[in-house]
Amino acid sequence: MNKRSQNRRTGGQLKLLLPALIPVFLLSLFPLLRGVYLGFTDYRLGETIRFNGLDNYARMLHDVYFWQSFQVGFIWTIVVTAGQVLLGLCLALLLHRKMRFTSIYSTLMLVPWAMPPIIRGIVWRQVYDPDTGILNALLVRSGLIHQNINWLSSFEYVIPAVIVAGIWGEIPKAAVFLLAGLQAIPDDLYEAARIDGAGVWKEFTRITLPMLAPVMAAVVSLSFMWNFNTFGIVWVLTQGGPGGLTRLPMLAAYEEAFRYGYVGYAAAIGNVMVVIISIVLFGYLRVQLKENRS
Amino acid sequence: MKATSAVVTGAAHGALLLFMIFLVFPLVWMVSTSFKPTQEIFSGIVSLLPETTSLEHYRTVFQEQKILSSMVNSFYVGIFSTVLVVLIALPGAYALARYSTRWNNVALGWILGSQIFPVILVLIPLYLLLRMMFLTDSLVGLTLVYVVWDLPFVLWMLHGYVRSIPVEIEEAATIDGATRGQIIFRILGPLLLPAIGASVLFAFVSAWNEFFFALVLMKSPDLMTLQVELARFTGMEGQARTGPLAAASVLATVPSVLLFGFLQKWFASGLVAGAVKN
Repeated sequence: MNKRSQNRRTGGQLKLLLPALIPVFLLSLFPLLRGVYLGFTDYRLGETIRFNGLDNYARMLHDVYFWQSFQVGFIWTIVVTAGQVLLGLCLALLLHRKMRFTSIYSTLMLVPWAMPPIIRGIVWRQVYDPDTGILNALLVRSGLIHQNINWLSSFEYVIPAVIVAGIWGEIPKAAVFLLAGLQAIPDDLYEAARIDGAGVWKEFTRITLPMLAPVMAAVVSLSFMWNFNTFGIVWVLTQGGPGGLTRLPMLAAYEEAFRYGYVGYAAAIGNVMVVIISIVLFGYLRVQLKENRS
Repeated sequence: MKATSAVVTGAAHGALLLFMIFLVFPLVWMVSTSFKPTQEIFSGIVSLLPETTSLEHYRTVFQEQKILSSMVNSFYVGIFSTVLVVLIALPGAYALARYSTRWNNVALGWILGSQIFPVILVLIPLYLLLRMMFLTDSLVGLTLVYVVWDLPFVLWMLHGYVRSIPVEIEEAATIDGATRGQIIFRILGPLLLPAIGASVLFAFVSAWNEFFFALVLMKSPDLMTLQVELARFTGMEGQARTGPLAAASVLATVPSVLLFGFLQKWFASGLVAGAVKN
């Protein structure tokens, strides 16, 4: 194909893509680049934008609230990701056994995923409600506790409570991907192993796990990204409280920008989040490339 | 051997049942609460099924001006953003599927790249930009935001489908003198109906479920979307509204559940497996 017809083709394609490209540039790419830039300014709502280099990041070093929010952000992200992947794997293995009712189960398990994030929060708020919630009612009745616990405003219980709700909402995603991964493993591998007299555990560690590794790596890194960016469910459950104990990075950035007006600082928090997520993604891509080469 | 395998199967069923209870129970509880009369909710009696069934909370929801109007707003934003995103994405998907140039890589890069950035980085400048155009606190502004937000996924989904349709169909139409627009909307459109249906559902539900943008962009009480209204409901008015809140939440969940019922087939067919392998 000569150069000219190549250009004409690109031109024709561009014309068709234009209706999509214009809004994406205007309302997505441009704001994004500007957002990254704002992270290097001292911009406050209503004032002029002044470039201040790395001042925001220097401020973070001494900002107790920043450290607290990233600390809880990591705890939340790691525990929820681990929980959803482990439980999702168990669920996927069980569903992969192809027993009776499996198809009903695999529809039912999607329920938490199918709910809007805000409703997930509302549902768990009702479960945790100190007076009318089912959790306290069951615990009191079984004699495990004698007094109703206010799960979401107790310093002791709020983080586990929020994490359980988080894992609950994310299990289906992990299970769906991992089940698809299990189904992609060829059956003859297992047959060969059985002929060699391998037991169930050996099959699992020698065949299932290694064959599942690429899907697993994808699920772990994607979940890490999604969980690190959580906002809605925690917002509804605690609004970041009590005492900022569940103020995830997104909640911190939201408050800095839209409650206190420190727009530049909020964008800087966003930039730090991008760096962390990129590191995770980079790690994943390295694993994936190594996998492809071997 | 047979006995042990029966035990294993039994244990597996037991484990699955526990999983299902954990995963489904909170929703069942909410549905049940939504049908319980107010006194029963606060009576301290714990029962899965309401002793007396009552529709009072649903009635309250439809009489409550705020919830009803927020539902209408969510519908409005959902429908308009869905129509726009499909109209914009269709030619774009065609272009990506039928020409292979460097734009394909740019588009793919963008679709994946946009996943990395936390929403807050886009949201702040977007808020400032829309404020400049007097489009904050406006359903039009919110609609535009959702169009852009859903575009990458819809574009990618439709593009895969266009690819699966043989080019020969178009060639025949070109010989008959059809224009590019006619080919896309008149000839491919009907063939793509299942994919368009899926895109419509996806776009509508993602607008219907969205919370963060709406929370920041909308200020007037009568322009709130359903999710923001429900979140406010939990905060301020507290547990006195448990019943109506449960009823409204059940209603808010319906569109998403329909979408998942539809997507179920895809999960089963292993489309996800292909997506992961790529």
